[in-house]
Amino acid sequence: MLYSIGKDSSVLLHLALKAFYPAKPPFPLLHVDTTWKFREMIAFRDGRVRELGLDMIVHVNREGLARGIDPITSGSEIHTDVMKTQALRQALDHHRFDAAFGGARRDEEKSRAKERVFSFRNADHLWNPKRQRPEPWRIYNGRTRRGESMRVFPLSNWTELDVWFYIHHEGIPVVPLYFAAPRPVVERDGALIMVDDERMPLAAGERAQIRTVRFRTLGCYPLTGAVESTARTVPELIQETLASPHSERRGRVIDHDGAASMERKKQAGYF
Amino acid sequence: MNVQAQPVEYEFGSLLEQQGRMDLLRFIACGSVDHGKSTLIGRLLYESKQLFEDQLDALAVDSRKFGTQGADLDFALLVDGLAAEREQKITIDVAYRFFATARRKFIVIDAPGHEQYTANMATGASVADLALVLVSAGDGLTRQTKRHAVILSMLGVRRVVLAVNKMDRAGWSQEAFRSVEAQFREFAAGLGIDDVVPIPVAAKNGDNVVNRSEHMRWYRGPTLLEYLEEVEPVRTADRQPFRMPIQWVNRPHQDFRGYCGLIASGEVRAGMPVKILPSGRVTRISRIVTFDGDLERAAVGRSVTLTFADQIDASRGDIVVAVDRAPVMTDRISARLFWMGNEPLQPGRNYLLKLATTTVKVKIEPELGVFDLDSRQLVSAKAIAQNEIGTGTLKLDRPIAVDRYAECQDTGSFILIDPESYDTVGMGCVADLLKPNAGGGKLARWTETHARSLAKAVSWRATGSVDTFIVAFVITGSPKIVGSVAVTEILTKILIYYFHERVWSWVPWGKR
Repeated sequence: MLYSIGKDSSVLLHLALKAFYPAKPPFPLLHVDTTWKFREMIAFRDGRVRELGLDMIVHVNREGLARGIDPITSGSEIHTDVMKTQALRQALDHHRFDAAFGGARRDEEKSRAKERVFSFRNADHLWNPKRQRPEPWRIYNGRTRRGESMRVFPLSNWTELDVWFYIHHEGIPVVPLYFAAPRPVVERDGALIMVDDERMPLAAGERAQIRTVRFRTLGCYPLTGAVESTARTVPELIQETLASPHSERRGRVIDHDGAASMERKKQAGYF
Repeated sequence: MNVQAQPVEYEFGSLLEQQGRMDLLRFIACGSVDHGKSTLIGRLLYESKQLFEDQLDALAVDSRKFGTQGADLDFALLVDGLAAEREQKITIDVAYRFFATARRKFIVIDAPGHEQYTANMATGASVADLALVLVSAGDGLTRQTKRHAVILSMLGVRRVVLAVNKMDRAGWSQEAFRSVEAQFREFAAGLGIDDVVPIPVAAKNGDNVVNRSEHMRWYRGPTLLEYLEEVEPVRTADRQPFRMPIQWVNRPHQDFRGYCGLIASGEVRAGMPVKILPSGRVTRISRIVTFDGDLERAAVGRSVTLTFADQIDASRGDIVVAVDRAPVMTDRISARLFWMGNEPLQPGRNYLLKLATTTVKVKIEPELGVFDLDSRQLVSAKAIAQNEIGTGTLKLDRPIAVDRYAECQDTGSFILIDPESYDTVGMGCVADLLKPNAGGGKLARWTETHARSLAKAVSWRATGSVDTFIVAFVITGSPKIVGSVAVTEILTKILIYYFHERVWSWVPWGKR
């Protein structure tokens, strides 16, 4: 199970705990770490794994690190390709996983809306949107030949609000970054970027300013924009989401490389 | 939950509490290509304030680039998410869209109108509570509209809202509207679709989508959204006998053995007697285990782990059922089929059939029927081609527990999988359960596996090479020549034989 530490992953993990209870989920968690995640995310991840006694694989694209790929100087597109897409493929190939669960939802983005629950990938991890297996009723065809694999998205038909209502209803722990708190941020191209460590370059004389912000989605901190907010609890957060005129992926720098950019990334093997 | 309009008006506490119980309606939007389906859905999302500002900004950019509406927003681009769809300005694949009002939540399944993508429409229809059939007032019923109606009927979607679109181009004429309604009712009545609600709309301008149209005062019925909010979904699975296909055996330690699954119909109670099929063993439910504690009873739609009073060997693919109304065990079923494979469905070919959590091998018996869209009759056929609807008899390699589709959807529906490519090539609904035909109890031989073809090639070569060796030695008398002839022959002919076998395994001619 792909575990990205975000709210969707938290829900997915919770569903797995419930589905296999009293046994533990019979598969390991896999976190593809770009080394640029918020520090609070990593702390939360390690805490959850310890508390639940689960098996967790953390994979970093060492070769990408050695080449000096990072989100600031390499740019979001190259960074995402090397440290997320390529890294994921490395991990899946290395462990020879024939199926991986992910927390993606169809309401997130237009090409996701067209993806199957059991998303078939060929031996090169490529997704072919024109050749997807039909999924009538609740019957899924999970058959693959050697080398081929499946990405499975149990939350396909959930919306952002469904996720938050469920987190509230079930009391599922999430990373505190989702809730408003005073945090050091700088403004970059209209987005509020948190200065999470000393790697964030500041202009001469520039100082991070403390603003009360939260995050609607979580990823690599230099690529994730914060929103100003006062929501400190899940109900407050739901209320704010209901009133928001913007979709959640707006804060994601990587989605804005053209309307079909997610589709291209997915065809290349992005989750 | 009118997202942007008046968020302050919510009774927030009750909203939070309601959300868990809020009713969900899944409907499929289908109809012929160019009758304006994607536009109607885009309009529904827009008018019910379900679009975010950044999505609207992206839509404005896309409309200028790909749009067909001049300077106006082209709502079709909201739902057509794939690059190929935007370039060709058509819907290729099913899209799922989500919206909610204060009354209920909706999942809209936007199905492609082009004939070549009918499979995606059928997939969407299989999970729909209701169908929104869109017909353009100017064009009336097309072949594709009829095909969609037949698929809806096959899949048991009996409730249809008929949106007669492009009323603006028909001069807002009541006669044009009534004429389409009459055409559709006449066609649908023969298919058992009798709950038809016709609504005149103009999706491009939003007339009768969310707000009442100024142009059609003669129409007194509900607007599309009003109807969707009020219609009662037909759900019967809770009144049916208990069925739970086993997905997984839960065995965390020696002292616990549970059986996990989703309740497909009916209800289960602790202490209730149940039967496990195919073994036929009878036992009692001892516990209904969930993460949140044991339950006394659990009903359709719920995922649970059951434990039994007796030590019973059951596994994935088995099914737990009510003792008094158990399904029939059979190895022959007659089914309504919708074919999706590039290669037509043919008698004598083998497929894998997946029904609930069971997978078995099946062979198609000779007599097939294909539904003729014009006469609305089944005509006898030798094959069922892609996108055709038909009937056939399937012979399974072993008996499994099956219900009629009309009685239980989860244990009466299946997919057919190509045994070579593993593609999903067909979907079917169980129409009838049959006794094995006289003398036909045994299935004809299965297609050869690769390993068997290869083993045969090697054994045949060994025999043949000994023969070659002896014959060559008798004729030439030279061990050196004989040796090189035999070695070359062994290597080349093993390969040739293998391919020869594989080619034959594809030829149905001469098999019984």
